[in-house]
Amino acid sequence: MPRYLILTKHDAALDVPPMDQWDPADVQAHLDCLRALNDELARRGELVEMNALSGPELAKIVTADGSGPPVVTDGPFPEAKEVLAGYQLVDVESEERALEIAAAVSAAPGPGGVPLRQRIEVRQVMFTFAPDL
Amino acid sequence: MTALEHVLRRAAPQVLGVLVRRYGDFAAAEDAVQEALILAAAHWARDGVPDHPHAWLIRTATRKLVDEHRATAARHRREAAVALEPPPAPVPDTDDTLRLLVLCCHPVLTPASAVALTLRAVGGLTTAEIAAAFLVPEPTMAQRISRAKARVAAAGARFELPEPAERGRRVQAVLRVLYVMFTEAHTSSGGAGLQRVDLAREAIRLTRLLHAALPGDPEVAGLLALQLLTDARRAARTGPHGALVPLEEQDRSLWDRAAIAEGLSLVVAARRAGVVGEYQLQAAVAAVHAAAPTAADTDWAQIRTLYELLERLTDNPVVTLNRAVAVARTEGPAAGLALLDEIAPVLAGHHRLDAVRAHLLEEAGRPTEAARHYAAAAARALNLPEREYLTKRAARARSAT
Repeated sequence: MPRYLILTKHDAALDVPPMDQWDPADVQAHLDCLRALNDELARRGELVEMNALSGPELAKIVTADGSGPPVVTDGPFPEAKEVLAGYQLVDVESEERALEIAAAVSAAPGPGGVPLRQRIEVRQVMFTFAPDL
Repeated sequence: MTALEHVLRRAAPQVLGVLVRRYGDFAAAEDAVQEALILAAAHWARDGVPDHPHAWLIRTATRKLVDEHRATAARHRREAAVALEPPPAPVPDTDDTLRLLVLCCHPVLTPASAVALTLRAVGGLTTAEIAAAFLVPEPTMAQRISRAKARVAAAGARFELPEPAERGRRVQAVLRVLYVMFTEAHTSSGGAGLQRVDLAREAIRLTRLLHAALPGDPEVAGLLALQLLTDARRAARTGPHGALVPLEEQDRSLWDRAAIAEGLSLVVAARRAGVVGEYQLQAAVAAVHAAAPTAADTDWAQIRTLYELLERLTDNPVVTLNRAVAVARTEGPAAGLALLDEIAPVLAGHHRLDAVRAHLLEEAGRPTEAARHYAAAAARALNLPEREYLTKRAARARSAT
């Protein structure tokens, strides 16, 4: 079955304040919705893994030419319009199903219970290298 | 864990200890013991546990070791012949456990490598179980463990107790590894698969083995007490969906009273030894919390004194951060905040500084600033339940403005 990476990004273009400025009940509803989705994917045997990333404040950018010491820049990177927040790797019957999952992530509730409509990127995996495969 | 696994896991370090002491080759002995354990799991499940399980395992592991020696090279022939000696009486040897722990927690290893090697060699866990505990593929963990073994061998480590002058430092290294193993269980960044080994329980079990080998060492007793008292709160520490529940909001009726009783008696016994150490003091703090029927009953003056003692021993700014909480509880939030200002330059960017500051600002009736610091702490958190907790606190503080 094909594998898809479903990427969730914090999108500055989305006109929504950061989560710590939401109503506490809305925060809980958002977290509960995503947790229920992951539980369901796991139950259906579609979830390979889910990874949530630490914040961009802790991110570092490394550049090196292979000889001298690398240049390491600390985050956050204000020029970045989209910041990767996390991803799900799913193993599904079809691309339709991957898109359906992405739609569920996108529709997770935001402030006032209104769907966030985050732009979720869906990419098919074409090669996997992992030590246990 | 089944009863059979329990027997095997308990036997593993003793059997390994016997083999390493007799034949010296740690890596080969370790492989042989693992093979013997796998055979035992199959045979005993079918035929029942033999009358002398230790002797059975030592005999089988010795045979495996001999086979391995025979298979490798002719130069091993003589050693193989020596290996055919009849096994000794299966006397559980706490000294062997201690030697093994000291070997696996060798200072040349990083704590992460030492934890993995200790779980395998002393804990008797399979590589697959350890890999699952750390959320890495099995071959990755197998490499990590074999690199650790090679490093220990390259360092010329021997299966013997270090000189008395050196011993304290090496036991300290063992304690450090067992402490890291235990805290990994609480701070691990992964979701819980059903197969996941309970690292906290393993750490407690191994610290118990160390305590049995060194019953008079107050720091070993201190670490065991700290682990028991912390683990006792496990059921109360998480709410629905694994959400973090802070100490003051925990349902104390969920605390494990038996573990608390054991931890408290260890703290009392260790105190009689008259030597004060880092783990003992941390255990003493946990004991004060455990002894309080409600959060409001907590003896914060005593906790404050304990953190002052701890500061003198460690000069760790995180201890000062904890003391600031105790100061705020005894003198009010303003005094706690003043202390935070003192250590802020050292802890700049540490998410716990922001988290503690946010709590104290909230108590001081300054919710706007509290919300800002909760948000800053959430942004730098490295653990998902903690980040969610801090985000919700930020949202709550903001909505109170």
